[in-house]
Amino acid sequence: MSENQMRDAIQEAIDSNPVILFMKGTPESPMCGFSARTVAMLNSVGASFAAVDVLPDPRIRQELSSISSWPTIPQLFVEGELVGGCDIVTEMYESGELTRALGLEGGPSAGSDGTADGASDAPLTIENRL
Amino acid sequence: MSDTSESATPEELKIRIEAGIPGAVASVTGDGHHFNAVISAPAFAGLGRIAQHRLVYDVFGDEIGGRIHALSIQTRASEAEETR
Repeated sequence: MSENQMRDAIQEAIDSNPVILFMKGTPESPMCGFSARTVAMLNSVGASFAAVDVLPDPRIRQELSSISSWPTIPQLFVEGELVGGCDIVTEMYESGELTRALGLEGGPSAGSDGTADGASDAPLTIENRL
Repeated sequence: MSDTSESATPEELKIRIEAGIPGAVASVTGDGHHFNAVISAPAFAGLGRIAQHRLVYDVFGDEIGGRIHALSIQTRASEAEETR
């Protein structure tokens, strides 16, 4: 897979998942404290999200950062827009903004029933689609 | 480039942030690899968090993730006192 194809696959993943987290490791076994904390906050507000592990291929991180103009991992996107990394998600979590940004204001159960997209529940791994 | 093998220090990061962002006041802690920076600057006014953090990342370019392994950032806009 060329860099361009990698970039297109990442962009498509961002566009096709309402909430997507690029992280080190997986939600079940995060490989970095910042990724682990971000997953924990998303789980805590009851968010459904797709996840991409950037570790299997260094080009994932390289092309992602080129798309997002953001140098660090994790990166959370909502509706195609970069929301931030661990620091910004933490601030939003603490202020209650995160639930609003994710459309979960009605509470975790109401939110996940109302917005569940099916596809967004399954962790997505770009490298498995190549 | 970021090929210096010397560890970064909190003092270095503070000086570079304050030099790179006009009017910024930074408080930086860290162990040489992981850093935490609390920064206020008039330049942050009117910007979203993403744009504020990008201004800070831009000071260090590709040293982020390399020589500076991790940099946690908290930003807030301060008033530009000299212009008031």
